[in-house]
Amino acid sequence: MAVKDFVGRDIISIHDFTKKDIIDVLETAKRMETLSNMKLNRNMMNAKVMASLFFEPSTRTRLSFESSMNKLGGKVIGFSDGNISSTYKGESLKDTIKMVENYSDVIVIRHPIDGSARLAAEVSNVPVINAGDGSNQHPTQTLLDLYTIKKTFDQITDLKIGLIGDLKYGRTVHSLAYALALFKAKLVFISPEELKMPKYIINDIQKANPDVEIEEKNEVESVINDLDVLYATRIQRERFVDMTEYEKVKNAFRIEKKMLKNVKSNFKLMHPLPRINEISEDIDESKYALYFEQSANGIPIRQSLLALVTGRFG
Amino acid sequence: MAKEGEPKKEIKIHPIIEGIVIDHISAGKALEVAKILGVNNNLVTIGLNLSSSKMKLKDCIKIEGRSLSNYELNKIAIVAPNATVSMIHESKVDDKFKVKLPKELKNTIKCNNPNCVTRIQKVETRFNVDETNSVSYFKCFFCERSYPINDIEIL
Repeated sequence: MAVKDFVGRDIISIHDFTKKDIIDVLETAKRMETLSNMKLNRNMMNAKVMASLFFEPSTRTRLSFESSMNKLGGKVIGFSDGNISSTYKGESLKDTIKMVENYSDVIVIRHPIDGSARLAAEVSNVPVINAGDGSNQHPTQTLLDLYTIKKTFDQITDLKIGLIGDLKYGRTVHSLAYALALFKAKLVFISPEELKMPKYIINDIQKANPDVEIEEKNEVESVINDLDVLYATRIQRERFVDMTEYEKVKNAFRIEKKMLKNVKSNFKLMHPLPRINEISEDIDESKYALYFEQSANGIPIRQSLLALVTGRFG
Repeated sequence: MAKEGEPKKEIKIHPIIEGIVIDHISAGKALEVAKILGVNNNLVTIGLNLSSSKMKLKDCIKIEGRSLSNYELNKIAIVAPNATVSMIHESKVDDKFKVKLPKELKNTIKCNNPNCVTRIQKVETRFNVDETNSVSYFKCFFCERSYPINDIEIL
């Protein structure tokens, strides 16, 4: 897909992207970073309005989108709490979107209900970007994760990438695993038995790449020294019925500095943040920590998507 | 031996003049099929656990004075994926075919995900049908959850 073909397009799910589409977005982000460094994109979104509809709080994603738009000279309208919008008064999502599309050139939506972003896109005449719909998709997170890996290793293909933590409910790891399979990365799923990668997600991944190499482990020590990247996610307390089980699992899947003693020299540790205690803080200053840079990469990715779908890039 | 002009063996036992025969329904599923069709005012014959060379046991339904819409055929294909449908006209088989799942189902099945937008707001359900390892999976267009055929609930 050429850059011009992104104009008017909705960004709802990583499943809507071909490998070529993803490469185009990553290339655009790279060029966007160059333009930012040269201060050449400060008016790129001039006179464009982004509606930022956050029906549930997500400070980091919202700030990243709003900062992306502001840095490109665009305007932001919206709300950051579903309770103060008219949804609280019982307005349907369809009606909210039909109203907001009159005020904006692009809509960014975060909503606690699965599939709400797709519904918004079906209704809206302006492009919709999904900033997280319930436990379903968060495509800009996946794209910034891929961008981070590409930027660091200059490739994604053939890297051995471990995903650790809650692989059952974590939407981030579901989308990421799917996208990594498109790029022929080798995947290792590391989780406690009760939070294993669901079968339907593995089916999806195999559809993306029938030859994908997948290993499943219930501990990280035996595999960490073979990995290029370890992507950690939060294990949520509310997923456990038995709290003693939660405490056990939480500590068993924590990454400690001593575990990194024999890792590959270019090994990197990633995390979508916020982190609770999945990664020991004494790793932050080491060359292995990539998570803060990863989060900063949200800006060029979101800037690229905003500019691409509104026809302001290239 | 059936002589020429006689109805075929399949409809010989309970001949119907105008209507439909749904055969090769998985054993035990005929009542679900009948429920889908809502056959309150028609003459209906239901055969349960009939012996079958292909399926060991099968169910069969014959309904007088009834035809089927594509919407109903799609629903039957979910409950009884191996079913064959014969359309009977003037006591003869006018058309006979195997039910087939379409690529997309609209407003036919329910999404099992309680947090799906189709369960919370007024939205017609939409599913894409796909086959993996010879099992049909139904993927919700909105929440993207995918369910194997055995977990599907018809609207």
